[in-house]
Amino acid sequence: MDDPQRMDRRQAVKWMLAASATVSILQLPTLGGGPARSGYGTDPNLLEVYKPGDFWPLTFSKEQRRSVAALCDVILPADERSPSATGLKVPDFIDEWISAPYPRQQADAKVVLPGLEWLDAEAARRFHAPFADLSEAQKNKICDDLCSVQKAGRGFERAAQFFAKFRELAMGGFYSTPEGMKDIQYLGNVPLAKFDGPPPEVVAYLKLP
Amino acid sequence: MGPYDFKPRSRDGLGIDWPYTYDDLAPYYDKVEALIGVFGSNEGLENTPNSPPGILLSPPRPRAYELLIKNASAKLQVPVIPSHLAILTQALDAKKVSALLHPNDPRAAGTLTDAMRNRLPCIWATPCGRGCAIRANYQSTTVHLPPALASGNLDIVTDAMVREVIVAPNGKATGVHYIDKKTGQEVQARARVVVLAASGCESARILLNSKSGLFPDGLANSSGKVGRYLMDTVGSDLSGQIPALEGCPAYNEDGVSGMHLYTPWWLYQQQLSGKLDFPRGYHIEIGGGREMPGVGTFEDLDDLTGGGYGKKLKEDARRYYGSFVGFSGRGEMIPNEDSYCEVDPDKKDAWGIPVLRFHFKWSRHEEKQAAHMQKTFAEIIDAMGGKVLGKPQLDGKKAIAPGGSIIHEVGTTSMGADPKQSVLNQYCQAWDVKNLFVTDGGPFVSNADKNPTLTIMANAWRSCEYLLGAMKKGEL
Repeated sequence: MDDPQRMDRRQAVKWMLAASATVSILQLPTLGGGPARSGYGTDPNLLEVYKPGDFWPLTFSKEQRRSVAALCDVILPADERSPSATGLKVPDFIDEWISAPYPRQQADAKVVLPGLEWLDAEAARRFHAPFADLSEAQKNKICDDLCSVQKAGRGFERAAQFFAKFRELAMGGFYSTPEGMKDIQYLGNVPLAKFDGPPPEVVAYLKLP
Repeated sequence: MGPYDFKPRSRDGLGIDWPYTYDDLAPYYDKVEALIGVFGSNEGLENTPNSPPGILLSPPRPRAYELLIKNASAKLQVPVIPSHLAILTQALDAKKVSALLHPNDPRAAGTLTDAMRNRLPCIWATPCGRGCAIRANYQSTTVHLPPALASGNLDIVTDAMVREVIVAPNGKATGVHYIDKKTGQEVQARARVVVLAASGCESARILLNSKSGLFPDGLANSSGKVGRYLMDTVGSDLSGQIPALEGCPAYNEDGVSGMHLYTPWWLYQQQLSGKLDFPRGYHIEIGGGREMPGVGTFEDLDDLTGGGYGKKLKEDARRYYGSFVGFSGRGEMIPNEDSYCEVDPDKKDAWGIPVLRFHFKWSRHEEKQAAHMQKTFAEIIDAMGGKVLGKPQLDGKKAIAPGGSIIHEVGTTSMGADPKQSVLNQYCQAWDVKNLFVTDGGPFVSNADKNPTLTIMANAWRSCEYLLGAMKKGEL
């Protein structure tokens, strides 16, 4: 439980809720929408410090965490502009996300968990080892077959959907960290005295009137 | 809402007319806008009323992608104008507004002035939807409740789940019966007048659950109309990717949490002359650009790049971030006989109170409108030189969001001029119980494309003025 590599639970929950809150203004109405499911209790109080498992249990087993970490870093490796996904503790984010009892997160869990199982089975079938123990080339070989929903070959359709969902969550976690925001140059969420609209270089670039 | 929106049946034969006109409500719209602080501009467009001079705050400057949308829309004769949002772009003139709202009551004006001075203008950061600590964004918890509490005339009882309105043998309401959610205890609150504002549907639920020998079908329900004419807003979305935005220099594009520009419904004349196959309009909400990233920001990448991972994916994220735009149509639903709520005969909530069950049906009017949204959005994206993400859904049945998902449920305690056809009179006073009022979205008999909150507040204000007058005259 006290793994120093793991993120503070409160941080992970805040991160998850922040990332889900910023999905898009446009999608907001549908987020909380739909018919009421049977209750999931009260939402966490973000002013309190929680320990892991305090209000909903986490999901990933040790083995699953290894697969998740390995897949995260295949998808988002370190490069000159930003660290790797595990460097930003994205696996913690995904664990928190799929463990949350809300309808959207539960639907995602139903894609991610069987997908991880499939991933290790596929790694064993092809290379006789769990995904996390494969070489980079071996991992890439598997991911090459999964990384496009449109181009996925026969028998890989569901796996490709898992990959797309996993990538969406990994990217959502990654790019909602300060490092991720810096990487894609999100410059907002800093207080300003006034909002001036696009600066001259943007006006020029877009040939705005 | 505009003049047409209050008299839809008189105008095109469909739906239900409100028992009053736009002109009756206009002064209250102005007062609400002055009180809560709304930015926007007066454009003089059809059925999109101006506010009097000095009411609206200055609108924020448009973002880059919004200007691109505006340019492209102009080619299609689609207007794009500053949005109206209840966010302070400048400090309120607390003294002036308070004097305007309470001309003959210096004490009330003083209390309101103090409360208004606690609101600061927007700092162009932090998402409004998560609460605004500086009170720039209008919320009842930070804007209405502090001065009301300061007046000394308000008690707030929280965690109180109302089961029913209590009625005396003489047929008058005498209070409500509620369950204290913290202790589970049954409590009664006594009152001279009962005003329900539990939100559309929930107020209907309370009335339907208030059964007695005097009112066997639920309270205020002699018309049988409680629960009827449930409406939501028609919704349909489409996104696009705009190559022109790729590589654009980065800048802080947050602005307020929400659109700076939008499109009000613009085809009234075409509808009037029968050129469209649906009778009512929609407005377009826009989004996109360099908004705060989160889950979903890159969900359309697959569509664009054919998938991928690794260092290339990171390059793709840098390339495409900020180049997406989104369009949301929000349109009018006409009330129909198939959309209503009623008390579920079996199910109860955690406090043993019977819940509602819902019946909902879009008609072809709404479905065709949703298809028109999709076609329009695709045309705008095309005019921007962009690529539609996914495919425009031209089958209205599939394009329309399920009822309830836009969360604009109104109706179910309709107001009207005829006690046999409506639950409430034009002052939201129950026809059957004269000291009972409903002032949420329930009284609506049309649900124009305009978002309902401002009309709920203006209508509530008008009703409360009537209520106060009646109390002073000793009628209540």
